[in-house]
Amino acid sequence: MLLCGVMLSFFAAQQALAETLHEERSIYRDITVVQTGDRRCLIFNLHRGDRNQTCVEVNDRDTLVFSYTRMSFAGLLLQPQPQTILVAGLGGGSIPMTLTDLFPDAEIDVVEIDQAVVNVAKQFFFFEENDNMNVSVSDARVFIKRGGLTGKKYDYIVLDAFGGDYIPEHLLTREFLSEVKAIMAADGVLVANTFSTSRFYDHESVTYQRVFNEFFNFKLPTSGNRIIITQLDSLPPRGELVTRAQDAAESLQKYGVPILEYPARLSTRVDWDMSRRVLTDQYSPANLLRDN
Amino acid sequence: MAPYFGGSQYVWGSIITIFMLALAMGYLLGGRLSMRSPSSVTYAMFFITAALFSLPIIVFADAIMRPIFLTIEDPRYGSLMASIVLYFIPTCILGMISPYSVRLLVKSHEHSGNMAGQLYFVSTIGSAAGTLGTSFYFVLWFEVNQILWGSIAALLGAGCIILLANYRANGVGSRSQAQNYG
Repeated sequence: MLLCGVMLSFFAAQQALAETLHEERSIYRDITVVQTGDRRCLIFNLHRGDRNQTCVEVNDRDTLVFSYTRMSFAGLLLQPQPQTILVAGLGGGSIPMTLTDLFPDAEIDVVEIDQAVVNVAKQFFFFEENDNMNVSVSDARVFIKRGGLTGKKYDYIVLDAFGGDYIPEHLLTREFLSEVKAIMAADGVLVANTFSTSRFYDHESVTYQRVFNEFFNFKLPTSGNRIIITQLDSLPPRGELVTRAQDAAESLQKYGVPILEYPARLSTRVDWDMSRRVLTDQYSPANLLRDN
Repeated sequence: MAPYFGGSQYVWGSIITIFMLALAMGYLLGGRLSMRSPSSVTYAMFFITAALFSLPIIVFADAIMRPIFLTIEDPRYGSLMASIVLYFIPTCILGMISPYSVRLLVKSHEHSGNMAGQLYFVSTIGSAAGTLGTSFYFVLWFEVNQILWGSIAALLGAGCIILLANYRANGVGSRSQAQNYG
């Protein structure tokens, strides 16, 4: 009983400390910015119980708060010096901000479907465009298709468009991944942040395997996300990853990315049901599959 | 549409707008046509031509959407244009069915309201069932094109059943009459 009481008062104190800085209803979602102590978080669809999209420590902005955000930098083990970068899905902007900080000369394109998210990222999460970093408000599929037509090539592509409770089904299909492939430079890397649960996992894995032959599956016990990392060439041996991790460790330290732990976690083991159907533009019921 | 124009709010808006406009035109035209010697054969032709005009949605979807994607940069107007080219004609023809049905079914003024009510009931229940079935189950079991083929087959089937029923009911006499109107 006493313990219960202590915990209750603790939670009550936590609640009391959380302050809502901003609420906005965009055409896609409800956006809430909440601050608890020094930690400021962007939350989509709060009332439906969604989790934080991005958090930032206002007094220590370099540190990446979320495990999955840190994990997305594992792509640097395959492409350590990207010069052209595409980030699909802005959120609070911590991935592109970190990338432009790491590679100030790299050209970074960010594509985000929701203008309101761009505004909130700028107003509350210290996101800024600069000479080398531009945001386009567009559907990622349309942006990438046009990129393919104009012959655009990227060294580093981050797909981080699956926030909230609706999965954009057209960003999962074999045809979409082929379009992504078309804008990858010869030594470019693709980093896709996605889910690790449900039947959907099997379908998505089968689809990536069909398009890229093989990929690193990157999961950590601390995160419900999984990161898919792949490239056009065959994947490098683990020894090379370890060397690259050692080279990158120092520059990534200030963001709190434990890159040295990552090589051992990148797996090529097939842990999905290979008999599942490939997702295509004709068949992509991702939102139904996720609930099964 | 999503592979070319994305899944943004605008794309949904375009599709729904064009369907509504096409249905509106269809209602008007169907009503007009019902003034001129209405027959079951003309009625059946609505189903069959709608099925035929739905074929490009399957067969020429890419050939139609690619040039639109290339010429119209803004996905709002691109998706609007693609919706017009792909869906306007078949949806318009399907819109003709309801008013024409009223004309064929209504026997007297007193019954007209009741009949129209029943028609709205059937067609709206059908829309609800189709929407639910497609979004909850069909997309999980079938490819999009398989669902479209199913719809086309259903339209052709309905057209044939009407023709057959008309033939059985009226015999040869109305068949020659039908040819005049066909």
